[in-house]
Amino acid sequence: MKIALFGNPNTGKSSIFNLLTGLRQQVGNFPGVTIEKKSGVFNTTKNKHQLTDFPGTYSIYPHSKDEEIVYNALTNSEHDDFPELAIVIVDASNLERNLLLFTQLYDFKIPLILVLNMWDVAERRGIKIDVANLQGHFPTTPIIKMNARIGLGKDRLIAAIDELDYKAKKDSFLASSFPCLIDDKEAQNEEVLLRYEKIREILQDVQHEKSSIKNTLSRKLDRVLIHRFWGYFIFVGILMVIFQFIFSFAAIPMAWIDDSFVLLSSWVDHQLPPGLLNDLFSKGIIPGIAGVLMFIPQIALLFFFIALLEESGYLSRVVFIMDRLMRPFGLNGKSVVPLISSIACAIPGILATRTIADWKERIITIIIAPLMSCSARIPVYTLLIALVIPKTYLFGFISIQGLVLLALYFLGIISALLLAIVLKKFIVLKNKGFLIMEMPEYKKPRWRNIFITVIEKVKVFVWDAGKVILAISIILWVLATYGPSGNMENKIALAKKTEYYIHTNEVQKQTIVSSAKLEGSYIGIMGKFIEPLITPLGYDWKIGVSLIVSFAAREVFVGSLYTIYAVHDDSEAHQNLLSHLKMAKKADGSPVYSLATGVSLMVFYVFAMQCMATLAVVKKETKSWRWPLLQLVIMGAMAYLGALISYQLLA
Amino acid sequence: MSKSLSEIIVGEKVTVEKITHPYLTTKLIEMGMHTGLKLELLYKAPFGDPIAISMNGSILTLRLDEAKFIQVCSSPL
Repeated sequence: MKIALFGNPNTGKSSIFNLLTGLRQQVGNFPGVTIEKKSGVFNTTKNKHQLTDFPGTYSIYPHSKDEEIVYNALTNSEHDDFPELAIVIVDASNLERNLLLFTQLYDFKIPLILVLNMWDVAERRGIKIDVANLQGHFPTTPIIKMNARIGLGKDRLIAAIDELDYKAKKDSFLASSFPCLIDDKEAQNEEVLLRYEKIREILQDVQHEKSSIKNTLSRKLDRVLIHRFWGYFIFVGILMVIFQFIFSFAAIPMAWIDDSFVLLSSWVDHQLPPGLLNDLFSKGIIPGIAGVLMFIPQIALLFFFIALLEESGYLSRVVFIMDRLMRPFGLNGKSVVPLISSIACAIPGILATRTIADWKERIITIIIAPLMSCSARIPVYTLLIALVIPKTYLFGFISIQGLVLLALYFLGIISALLLAIVLKKFIVLKNKGFLIMEMPEYKKPRWRNIFITVIEKVKVFVWDAGKVILAISIILWVLATYGPSGNMENKIALAKKTEYYIHTNEVQKQTIVSSAKLEGSYIGIMGKFIEPLITPLGYDWKIGVSLIVSFAAREVFVGSLYTIYAVHDDSEAHQNLLSHLKMAKKADGSPVYSLATGVSLMVFYVFAMQCMATLAVVKKETKSWRWPLLQLVIMGAMAYLGALISYQLLA
Repeated sequence: MSKSLSEIIVGEKVTVEKITHPYLTTKLIEMGMHTGLKLELLYKAPFGDPIAISMNGSILTLRLDEAKFIQVCSSPL
């Protein structure tokens, strides 16, 4: 049976969803809109059911394009998501507001189950609810008390699904014609006010507040956490802890994953006979997969912390204190988390923009997110810094190399904010959203919910980013393996004639051959083809090749330099590669990797939109090629101009 | 005395008179705001914006740009 979950935001809807479906859930999109659609399956004694979690709303009437899904699915019985049974989750501690949506659903006359969730909170607040009396007003709808956070009431809910009389004749809550047209705001307002009047009338007998016990702990915490000094201070402190985890501690499992895939690659290389298939796996597919899986520890940790902050209720305080600061940039308090996530990886960052109701603010956040330096850029930055920035110290202890790295991060952040200001002026979108939201009370996080969130998000990342990165890796492998007939053979023959080749050892001979092959391949030709375009930036065709392969993932830049300079992959510190790169000379005898070229490359990597996976996710999230293409063009222009200016100034 | 919700100070208790913005009206009345409802300004964010009000036992946050469309009068003690 098709069952749908409805409810206001913050009523524990997702707790109930997790409680019923566990890990048997999947995240997709509702057709035509950009909000996520969570669905899953679960069994009752009698049947198997398909459960869909609808976005949390206060009413069936939409305020944004995304909320239209609720209205559309309910008003059209042919709709794919039209439910055969709707479970309405209400917050028992706030019945008045929560019953509005329930009474609207009631008037659709679909079979309903009403769940009074957060029963414990209501009790703690001294609210007594006369369930029998409430039942009297809605005789055909079973009413169930639950405390989903600790799993209480699940059996009752499952039993109710089986025992419900689906054919029962239903009366109306409100006698007027229902529902109103989607655009008729005035009629909607009138209807909502009438409903509230009637709800308040009913509640007079149903709900008794013994005493209004305020949540004093929440208020006390708020006094500190949204304080004009301590609020920001604590937020920055929390961020530092998170970054410590995702950059320092995550490096350990990341190295394991990396190492095991290197082992797997060489194992496959030895198992399969030499040839194309061997190459495809050991040099194309396996490194491609490794490039995706390597980021799992970071992404999982990042989502763990975000889910923890969200579950505890702290995140809405961050939105509250950051909103005013973000607004001059055309952003929103809710842009903060996506932008911070993007420092690990832009993909989870872009997925996290779903909470931003205002479409324009959301689009701007999505477009600028990839300018935050993600962790795939770190290997590129560190290599280039080691190459061209001297290892000296300011005042004897401040590392110049460290300062440059910091400057690159700031360059990304500042240009992201500046771009946001420009976009704010030029992007014209109606569909104005509001910041109006409820600030939930602080709660102890439920580990189970956090665990499920992390698993789901990692799945989305691996799948969305993975298929693109894998596809690009294979394409690049083909381009690097094949060349116009005879071209590669010529290059190899030429290389084999050199003095150096004849006198060197076996290992070095192999790397020279692969380097020559790459030069003769389609990618080598592409690198040479774009050389005139990138010469003003201080690059030669070899760097051109590395720029092209970076479109799979930025960190591939480093690996491709190894191949192209025929350096045997050595240590973490890249000693061999660095000395080779330092010796590389231009035709006029000057070094290729001068300070100017190095800085120009760093600037290029700060700005350039080189991540196809991110573009694919932007396309998916915005439902149009318009935004990812705009992003590609803007960031490409910034990268080219930025690199051009830095090279010309320094050269 | 009638004024807008954006003008009140922390701790002040007021009663809703009317909401003067068409789109905002629908959203706010769906969230349970109505004429005669008592509100209290709980806190302002640093820089004075957005604000958090207590309404029907829960906390609602809104920007001053949104609050200015809500007409209120000081609650009688």
